[in-house]
Amino acid sequence: MLTAKTITYGLIPLILLGIVIYILFREGPLSIFQNDLPPVEELHVMRHSLADDVIYLDIVNSGPDPCTLAQVMVRGAFWQHGVSPRRTLTPLEKARVTIPFPWNLGEPVEITLLSSTGLSFVYEIEVASTSPKPTAAAFGRFALLGIYVGVIPVALGIAWFPFLRRLGRKSLGFLLYFTVGLLAFLVVDALEEGLEVAEMLPSVYHGKALLILGVVGAYLFLLGLSTRRMNNNDGTTSTAAVAWLIAFGIGLHNMGEGLAIGSAYVLGEFTLGTLLVIGFTIHNATEGIAIVSPLLKEKANIPFLIGLGALAGVPTILGCWIGAFTYSHLWAILFLGIGAGAIIQVMGAIVGPRSRTENLDPLNLLGLLVGFLVMYGTGLLVGAA
Amino acid sequence: MGAVYIARSVSSLEMENKETPRGLNGLDLTSFRNGTVGDVTSKALDLDRYIDNYMEGTVSILPDGRTLRSFEIYAVDKEIEIAPGIFFPAWTYNGHVPGPTLRATEGERIKITFKNLGDRPHSMHFHGFHKAAMDGAMLKQLVPTGGTFIYEFNADPVGVHLYHCHATPLTQHIHNGLYGFWIIDPKEGRTPARELYMIMNGFDPNFDEENEIYGVNTIAFHYQRYPIEVKQNELIRIYLGNVLEFDMINSFHIHATFFDYYPTGTQKKPRDYTDTVILGQGERGIVEVKFPYPGDYMFHGHKTEFAERGWMGIFRVIPTEEIQ
Repeated sequence: MLTAKTITYGLIPLILLGIVIYILFREGPLSIFQNDLPPVEELHVMRHSLADDVIYLDIVNSGPDPCTLAQVMVRGAFWQHGVSPRRTLTPLEKARVTIPFPWNLGEPVEITLLSSTGLSFVYEIEVASTSPKPTAAAFGRFALLGIYVGVIPVALGIAWFPFLRRLGRKSLGFLLYFTVGLLAFLVVDALEEGLEVAEMLPSVYHGKALLILGVVGAYLFLLGLSTRRMNNNDGTTSTAAVAWLIAFGIGLHNMGEGLAIGSAYVLGEFTLGTLLVIGFTIHNATEGIAIVSPLLKEKANIPFLIGLGALAGVPTILGCWIGAFTYSHLWAILFLGIGAGAIIQVMGAIVGPRSRTENLDPLNLLGLLVGFLVMYGTGLLVGAA
Repeated sequence: MGAVYIARSVSSLEMENKETPRGLNGLDLTSFRNGTVGDVTSKALDLDRYIDNYMEGTVSILPDGRTLRSFEIYAVDKEIEIAPGIFFPAWTYNGHVPGPTLRATEGERIKITFKNLGDRPHSMHFHGFHKAAMDGAMLKQLVPTGGTFIYEFNADPVGVHLYHCHATPLTQHIHNGLYGFWIIDPKEGRTPARELYMIMNGFDPNFDEENEIYGVNTIAFHYQRYPIEVKQNELIRIYLGNVLEFDMINSFHIHATFFDYYPTGTQKKPRDYTDTVILGQGERGIVEVKFPYPGDYMFHGHKTEFAERGWMGIFRVIPTEEIQ
């Protein structure tokens, strides 16, 4: 019961905390931090985009103090530019810098932002190329890329369903653990990628914490969902539910792949982009097997299989669009984290209900290893990604 | 999401033209312009004055009949605007970078009362003839904060010379702004001319031991924004020097004319008839030039990366006669 007394007891520590903070600011030991040191300035370029003879930079003040962008240098030369809405940015405030510069296709361009105290923040456009504009044609092109990379390979993997069903009990077990191996690789891959992107974010955004939030949040959410809604009478998760969860986790993972492809294009990493497309296409065919492997003992109709394939494959298209048109490290980290968390939960749902003997069966363990190695092998095709 | 993004990019261009932060008027996307945006707003430096303004000191006659020329110089810390919007905590002589250009005539007795109002020990080290005690370079010759020292020597030899602080770290004391010219005129004088001084300098505000900002007499692109007006065919004498830190050389180039160049200004015969000279650190000389045609002409470091970082100016030649 919330009586007035209870509320009062609840408020007293809060009020006291407020008073302590007030005293700290007014005359407390906090004053040792107040001195004549120059402000800490930090400008971070979140994204660039290029149009004919114009460079756009989206910047954020990622430091604790206000910071003024005083001048811009392109390749070491001061350059005319505009800033909107204003030059002096409060912490976390964003602005867009427009630089009319005759950049040449395929060349790197180094841009230096100088603050009012002359501190410099260097940003490198690795390979200059026109940024895709979100026209219908561009949406179509990137959607097609997503279909090739995500939808078709997953569908092809699922097309093994009739073949896989004809396998014996032993082979089925092998296949299930093979799937767990595949998923384990995807988790490692997503976390690695997530950490890499987190490193590119200014520390103020706490990219690693965001990644962990995505992983743990997705894991717990799906765990809660599967225990409440999708269980059989004996407490195990239904095979259909496991298939849906796998498809969901893989879908988020594939969205991350789409992001990588789209942003590789924007960042001008064409070689990487081509490698990514070929690599992911082969890589993703195995994901179809992972989705259907829990279903092999059951009946499954074609619309159900198509639904699974769509859930796993279509997000790739979405990822390509986001990556190409509005790539943001923040969202990328969150998606990668959620994907990893979802896959971890699925692995638990597959392995958890099975007996110790089954989990340690040599053939099954071999399946696990082979699954991981297949992903590793196809992953080599993706190269540096 | 994509549609929102492009809508923003289009409207941001429109906003550029409405908003004119720091004097940025309508960004022209059809031309590519090297240079800084806006203008300096701080009044700490006055480059229009500090290009032909000479400190002549106070003159008295010594018992032996010689002229005594006395100067008062103080070192003081001061924030200056070295490019539009970029502020630098400089160490200055008399509140200016470069310090005042002192001027004397050959053979005069010079007396400089130096007071250090800065936060660190400083000194004045003059290029020229003087006794060891007047060298202002050794550790014991540094003037502590609040201290005063009187330098005395003869104005010798004729030419354009440097003075600068010699405290260590030397690079920082010079780079931070403690330098200036002192000019010793020959007794018989030089040919009458429009006389300017240009100290080629640079700044490294982010302390990466590489200059980000270059210019003459400090402010980047100042004489591009405010061209120096001269008359057609008038003789212009430029006292030129290089005080760059971190870079090995600097250079000076004038468009559309040639000049006589007298290294250090000590000889009466020019060494060169050219349009470009290269100067090492601490090197200086006299340029004598005329512009035969009216119009705007660039002058800049022909080390072009310096030019694009601020070492760029314009002579505006006003017509005085019919052009053939």
